[in-house]
Amino acid sequence: MKQFLIFVQKEFYHIFRDRKSLLIIILMPIVQIILFGFALTNEIKDSDIAVLDESKDVATAEIIHRLDASRYFNVARYLHSQVDIEAAFKTGKIRLVVIFQNKFRENLLHTNHAQIQLLADATDPNTATTVTNYATSIIRDYQNDLTTNTPLPYQIEPQVRMLYNPQLKGAYTFVPGVMAMILIIISAMMTSVSIVREKEINTMEVLLVSPLKPLLFILSKAIPYMFLSLVNVSTILIVSVTLLEVPINGNLLLLMGEALLFITTAVSLGLMISNVTSSQQTAQMISLLGLMLPTLLLGGFMFPIESMPKPLQVMSNIVPSKWFFIIVKDVMIKGLGFKMIWKETLILFGMTLFFLAISFSKFKTRLA
Amino acid sequence: MREAVITANKLTKKFGDFIATNEVSFEVDKGEIFGFLGANGAGKTTAMRMLCGLSMPSSGSATVAGFDVYKQTEKIKQNIGYMSQKFSLYEDLTVSENIRFYAGIYGMARQAIKEKTAQLLNQLNLTPEANTLVKALPLGWKQKLAFSVAIFHEPKIVFLDEPTGGVDPITRREFWNLIYRAAERGITIFVTTHYMDEAEYCNRVSIMVDGKIEALDTPRNLKKTFNATSMDEVFLQLARGAKRSDD
Amino acid sequence: MKQLSFLLEKEFRQVFRNPAILRSVLIMPIIQLLIFPFAANYEVKNVLLSIVDHDHSSYSQKFISKITASGYFILTDYSPSYNKALEAIESDKADLVIEIPKNFEKDLVKETKSSMLLAVNAVNGAKANLGGAYAANIIRDFNQEIRLDWMTFPAFNAIPTIEITSSNWYNPTMNYKDFMVPGILVTLLTMIGTFLTSLNIVQEKESGTIEQINVSPISKTTFILGKLIPFWIMGLITLTIGLLIARLFYQIVPVGNIALIYLFAMVFLLALLGIGLLISTYAETQTQATFVGFFVMMVFMLLGGLYTSIDSMPEWAKWITKVNPVAYFIEVMRMIVLKGSGFADIKYHLLAVLGLAVVFNTWAILNYHKRS
Repeated sequence: MKQFLIFVQKEFYHIFRDRKSLLIIILMPIVQIILFGFALTNEIKDSDIAVLDESKDVATAEIIHRLDASRYFNVARYLHSQVDIEAAFKTGKIRLVVIFQNKFRENLLHTNHAQIQLLADATDPNTATTVTNYATSIIRDYQNDLTTNTPLPYQIEPQVRMLYNPQLKGAYTFVPGVMAMILIIISAMMTSVSIVREKEINTMEVLLVSPLKPLLFILSKAIPYMFLSLVNVSTILIVSVTLLEVPINGNLLLLMGEALLFITTAVSLGLMISNVTSSQQTAQMISLLGLMLPTLLLGGFMFPIESMPKPLQVMSNIVPSKWFFIIVKDVMIKGLGFKMIWKETLILFGMTLFFLAISFSKFKTRLA
Repeated sequence: MREAVITANKLTKKFGDFIATNEVSFEVDKGEIFGFLGANGAGKTTAMRMLCGLSMPSSGSATVAGFDVYKQTEKIKQNIGYMSQKFSLYEDLTVSENIRFYAGIYGMARQAIKEKTAQLLNQLNLTPEANTLVKALPLGWKQKLAFSVAIFHEPKIVFLDEPTGGVDPITRREFWNLIYRAAERGITIFVTTHYMDEAEYCNRVSIMVDGKIEALDTPRNLKKTFNATSMDEVFLQLARGAKRSDD
Repeated sequence: MKQLSFLLEKEFRQVFRNPAILRSVLIMPIIQLLIFPFAANYEVKNVLLSIVDHDHSSYSQKFISKITASGYFILTDYSPSYNKALEAIESDKADLVIEIPKNFEKDLVKETKSSMLLAVNAVNGAKANLGGAYAANIIRDFNQEIRLDWMTFPAFNAIPTIEITSSNWYNPTMNYKDFMVPGILVTLLTMIGTFLTSLNIVQEKESGTIEQINVSPISKTTFILGKLIPFWIMGLITLTIGLLIARLFYQIVPVGNIALIYLFAMVFLLALLGIGLLISTYAETQTQATFVGFFVMMVFMLLGGLYTSIDSMPEWAKWITKVNPVAYFIEVMRMIVLKGSGFADIKYHLLAVLGLAVVFNTWAILNYHKRS
């Protein structure tokens, strides 16, 4: 036990001696969570649109004004002919072109029928669908207002209630997501690199001939990094609550406990990586390049997993951050208790055991 | 006819409060084997790094091959070779690739490199290993190769920083034979070491203690001055008062 | 210049001796490009729906069959009460709850007005936004149908209507892959470029070989160029592989000029590698370089306009995207590949990235000291 503590102490020395790295590891997650918490949102707003108004009357002016005044649009350009449309799209920023037919108001008043054409830049289909929907409902509102004196009969009024996140803040999704991503990459990378470094500079052999048992040796490597990761979790949570105003609706202890479990999973993954690689560069490449895109794309926080093809849905199950993302969302935002997340917890636990088992089996063969 | 190729005058390097090299002054003559002795941490490497243009002096002056260490480092670099304490060949390149690379960055022509490489490999008995990755070579061979690479472009001066660390006496002997041969060709050798037997091979040695040069003369004169039978004894007498040890 | 050729020869040899680098430059992009575009899909379908029907009328039945027929929703269960439905949301068995009140049909016919409650799980931003909008649209359509059923024709015609037609340019089939494949390709280039270069010089620092270079008369610019060019070429190779996969596997044929993509990529890679080298000159150890590289990479990628829209970002974040070469390249890729934009359309993008390239590389050269 005493030897074990000495080993742990040694690891802490390594960490605290390298001030620059320590600073990076502590500060980076804070900056990232602030940056992404504020900047990322699934909402689409402030899109630049262009208007081709062949009619130029009171009605079109009013509609254009309403579009511009909404939070979704910003009328950036007035086009003069059909020819300009292509050019407006091609220089990049214009997401939607609104075309008013000639004699718009006249037609509307006399024939009760007028036309508006919406052309969306569908290179980004998501934005295209959304801006078309927004523009449509703004125009529909205008149309309804024309008939205010005679309200429409047979009206179904949908009342919309946004549960858990009434303001639809992006941070509610991205804080748990970015947290899962940062934790797994940093923890796995720190652990794998620190072990592989010992291999590279040959101190590993010295450690291996020492009487410390492999299990304790591995633990002594893991503990300091788990500690650092817990520091990261705490700072991320503090920043989320104070700056980003994302609440912790559930039990803080449960949340921290789950975070500790996830960190253990990540550290075990790091151990496993360190056992199959022999150079720092390879270890980093696997833990960074190999984890980054899968976590980002299959972790569930960027893209809805349900919309993916079946094989990818199956594949997403082996991404640990997917499960942690669900847990954080449930505990932090929805305020649920352990009863609702025991399944996810069990899966993370199982993954941890799996990674550790592989690390140990490889570790022993190397000793032989 | 003496001709100084290195001059140092009160050359000093401070790291914060710590004075690594404290006002050292000396001259090294052309063709000389100049030994720079001292315990670990005495400031030898720092002094050498300033002369090579790797480290900016805090104060004092020095010239190498007639060029100023403050302003003309790039000129100095065209005239020197350097072999660092840390092993400096690329482990993932072969023997001949390493030679070609280092010769190339010193501006040698490809044809000249090719001819001289064959000659060198032959001399070192490394011809069969020309296409072996350097990491597969034993340490002694690596060091001989590193030295040969450092003087491959025929510099006026070569700086060797503890070149024989960690190898057996026979290999060290062979290494010194290489040094003598280079000196015969007129290359000035500036070598740091803490092996006192190696000090005996030098024309002149300086002994550094705690950042200062405490003695500078030929090995024979030093032994006479300190009334000692070996350089070991000279060194022990000087180093007894040292405060710094190790790095 | 002659020295540069020796440097390049050495770098290339080292790269080709290192299977890890080759794997990450050649194989990893292929695999990731073949898999991930399928994942990157914002299209919301399969929204899980739980319905609380207190009315059990023919209209409520009609509505339910209409919404389930739309293709966006999967009806998971009928809950007896709103609270039960909320439990379904809690356990992620439902994303959306629609509560049809008692007397829905009666109110609608007699009072000509009725309501419906839509409760959305808004933790999943994308799903909440789109799922809610789809449901609202379906309700509106349903409403319109009922109106047609009940209203007499002349009365209906008296209402002024604006006919809105919409069309989607450049991607009429709304294929996400057309949009995502070029974007993911840029992401991969970014990861490889930043990562490999940021590690490269630090590695020489750690192994000590950099000292040997520093005592040689080689100039700083030559040295940095020697590091830059190999990775620049590898980046272009990765790009070529990526464009081939896009063409053969995803049938994405750039509408615009492919030479223009390469021109932009060349400048883009210079900027990117400049950043990597800059990190490398600052870092003391490979670990530091990787962490900073990871940080920069994440900022570039997430604030690059591929995953969320730059338009929606706060003003200060938009400024960050102005110094983000990735944001420029993703936009330019879209413009050239899907819209067929020409040189005149992208010249400001090109100029901006060129500026960044000059700044980052100059900075890297200035910060690389041959002497401490």
